[in-house]
Amino acid sequence: MNGSRTASLTVAWRFASLRVEGFPWIPALILGVIALLAVFADVVAPYNPEVGVLGDRFRPPAWQAGGSEAHLLGTDHVGRDVLSRLIFGARVSMVVGFTAVIVAGLLGTTLGILSGYLGGWVDQVIMRVTDTWLALPALTFAIFLAAVVGPSMWNIVIILAAVYWTRYARVIRGEVLSLRERDFVRLAIVAGCSKKTIMRRHILPNVLNSAIVLGTLMLGVVIVTEAALSFLGVGVPPPKPAWGLMLADGKKGLMAGYWWLTVLPGVCIMLMVLSANLLGDWLRVKLDPQLRQL
Amino acid sequence: MSALLEVSGLSTQYVGARGTRVTRAVDDVSFTLEAGRTLGIVGESGSGKTTLALTLMRLLPPGARIAAGSVRFEGEELLHKPEAEMRALRGKRIAMILQDPMASLNPLFTVGDQIAETLRVHEHMSRRGAWTRARELLGAVNIAAPERRIGEYPHELSGGMRQRVVGAIAIACGPKLLIADEPTTSLDLTIQAQYLQLLREIQRERGLAMIFITHNLGIVAKMCDAVAVMYAGRLVESGPVRRIFDAPAHPYTQALIESIPRFGDTASRLTAIEGQPPDPAALPPGCAFHPRCPLVMDRCRVEAPPDLEVAAAHRARCWLAVEMPAGAAAKG
Amino acid sequence: MTALLEARSLTKHFPVGRGFLGRGGGVVRAVDDISFAIDPGRTLGVVGESGCGKTTTAKLVLRLEKPTAGEILFEGQDVAGLEGEGLHRYRKNVQAVFQDPFASLNPRMRVDAIIAEPLVTHERLDAAAVAARVAQLLDVVGLPARSSTLFPHEFSGGQRQRIAIARALALSPRLVVLDEPVSALDVSIRAQILNLLRDLQRDLGLSYLFIAHDLAAVAHMSHVIAVMYLGRIVELGPASEVAARPAHPYTQALFAAALPAHPDERRDEIVLAGEVPSPLNPPTGCRFHPRCPQVMARCSQEEPKLRTVGGVAVACHLYD
Repeated sequence: MNGSRTASLTVAWRFASLRVEGFPWIPALILGVIALLAVFADVVAPYNPEVGVLGDRFRPPAWQAGGSEAHLLGTDHVGRDVLSRLIFGARVSMVVGFTAVIVAGLLGTTLGILSGYLGGWVDQVIMRVTDTWLALPALTFAIFLAAVVGPSMWNIVIILAAVYWTRYARVIRGEVLSLRERDFVRLAIVAGCSKKTIMRRHILPNVLNSAIVLGTLMLGVVIVTEAALSFLGVGVPPPKPAWGLMLADGKKGLMAGYWWLTVLPGVCIMLMVLSANLLGDWLRVKLDPQLRQL
Repeated sequence: MSALLEVSGLSTQYVGARGTRVTRAVDDVSFTLEAGRTLGIVGESGSGKTTLALTLMRLLPPGARIAAGSVRFEGEELLHKPEAEMRALRGKRIAMILQDPMASLNPLFTVGDQIAETLRVHEHMSRRGAWTRARELLGAVNIAAPERRIGEYPHELSGGMRQRVVGAIAIACGPKLLIADEPTTSLDLTIQAQYLQLLREIQRERGLAMIFITHNLGIVAKMCDAVAVMYAGRLVESGPVRRIFDAPAHPYTQALIESIPRFGDTASRLTAIEGQPPDPAALPPGCAFHPRCPLVMDRCRVEAPPDLEVAAAHRARCWLAVEMPAGAAAKG
Repeated sequence: MTALLEARSLTKHFPVGRGFLGRGGGVVRAVDDISFAIDPGRTLGVVGESGCGKTTTAKLVLRLEKPTAGEILFEGQDVAGLEGEGLHRYRKNVQAVFQDPFASLNPRMRVDAIIAEPLVTHERLDAAAVAARVAQLLDVVGLPARSSTLFPHEFSGGQRQRIAIARALALSPRLVVLDEPVSALDVSIRAQILNLLRDLQRDLGLSYLFIAHDLAAVAHMSHVIAVMYLGRIVELGPASEVAARPAHPYTQALFAAALPAHPDERRDEIVLAGEVPSPLNPPTGCRFHPRCPQVMARCSQEEPKLRTVGGVAVACHLYD
């Protein structure tokens, strides 16, 4: 049985064996709904999010005076339907969020394992790079990168992954350092396993828990960063709807009382990040037997 | 003269998170201890011996409750005492030593501070008085150069010395009873020998009664006057130490004694006990030892034996004590 | 009969506290110029307290550490400096069982994978052959066949140690290093495992390097005993001799400190003064002299050599 099979079995088994004790239903539901909206946006959204009717600008949500049922959550400054933009924005947030987290996770975990297990100059190099990277403020760095490579959705994913992989590397390296001293790793060396095999079969499956938990927690951070980038105009380029971009656009309308243009995307961001955090917190306790007592 | 410590029918339970699972960690335990004598409580993992020690000191974690029984210390019932009175009792009249001295000592305070603390709390000594007394106590536990050691921090001392400091704190206020839970398990052999000698000296000088909680029958053979053997929360045998070693009545005790390797006995195979100690949350019916007992009878599988008298001061929970005369397990 | 494994002047020093630019700092003399031999099918027991170097010795034999000096001869060939393919082949012959049954098995691997790992690392066997060998090994250590599909956490401490033993046997090694194999187990289980180890030695002709702090267990299991103190071997001889008539004052104190098996078993109380010194700064001359009840003037100046006296090798000026 090789290591990658063990790893994938581990992940599957871990998720399958999660029981319902204290399961955060509402956050999971929220994330589930957002995911579904993201996937079926074309079908669910009533309008094209990128095209607006100028004559229909600044319509308030349906329950306010001046609103209509044609636009349940109102329209923005160029007459686009807010609801549709929120739904398509979910797709952007989800895709960018998950992809960035996964790419950052793969990169950071791999480097963390190599750094922690191999030690020596490999460790030195990777850690110095990580330290330097971490010293740069994430958002500023992201803005800089966005200015350099130019904004596009996939560029943003790469930028976010590039900024946040260091969190993983740090944490995973720490775990690997202590794992390395465990008897079963020593016995694997005694059995004649190569370093590569040991990292794959013994180290990786035992750091997966931490990586997964870190992933769910990073999801919130990544989404907020993406929103901030969009807000600042260096994120996903218009007219593609992104919640952060909607916030930026809607900012202009605040003084005029067009509250729905900022509050609604803001609430969406908040719900997604909060749900991801709560789910991650539950996962952390569930997957770490020692923390379960707390 | 009544005994220093009288425990009768003591039962402690752990209640699971939702109040559903009840684990009987200590089940109907009774024993007595006279002043100045040493009792060894022997058991393996899951036997309940540590829970028993914590129960006596009323130091149980949340989720544990004392279900029944009584603990009388110098005639006073301890189980109903208010916490404030128990606090005054602990460290002053009953002291405790644990296995890991690093866990018992606060790494942030000097050795002197920690000994002095107990003196100031219980004896209301002044700072200077407590410090002087602390230095004397370090000498009493055979720590060389106490004037220097007193200002050191726990991590600057070796394992053996730390355990002595723990001992100094324990005897500081002149307790009548010392409960030692595996005090030498983490120590090297020669250091253990030093420490056990120290404990015997202290006991002789101060008329201290001791309870040794251990899995090691060797400690019992060396240090104890009486033995109580625990298995799955119950006291399965108790009696004077020589009697227990010469003529154990319970097959578990018998098997434990026989499974220990002996010097000069290299040829023969060790007598092993099949199976493993039971999970306290899932005890077998009847006698908890019956799945592993070489002398099991049909009755054992169904009915848990009561505490029976085998001989003077020698009791055992075994149906063999009823069916056959005392000491039969040793021959059988 | 040539020895299966022979250590000659084996030394391991660990650098400690590297000063600026890697210079300065002390050296921990974990193992200092020790020599011993293990014959085929026999057990060498090693006893000693913290800092004596027995664990480091085990690591050297297992080549988890490389010696600073000296030779390790396996069937006459020096393995101390081996790397790569040679080291890989050496590993087929020497396996290990460690103390903590809960840390010895990868919690994410199934028992069959754990036991088969040494096998698949060294040989190209098809799945059926591997499964057959795993089943055979489980049988040899007394575990049911269905254990193979389970995970370590589903077993008790004693059972896990059996799994560790099965894994150690997978490659049919000649030597197994046993580092405190029963210390972490319940007392009633220890005899089971010790009996199993003895049976395996008899049936498979295994040699053992047996490290334990339970002197009686070591005396029971070993044919030869080596007593270590601060990186040196102070006494080496047949187990029955060393246990019954310890020659070196440290050995005498050690065996005197062993706990009795019966309340009436009286032993000479030899209680040593002082602490076990640190291997960073061993005493001059004989390393044991500050604590020795029979110390002489010579002992603080000159380090005694291991000399054979009446069938036992002792490093003590009392026997010069």
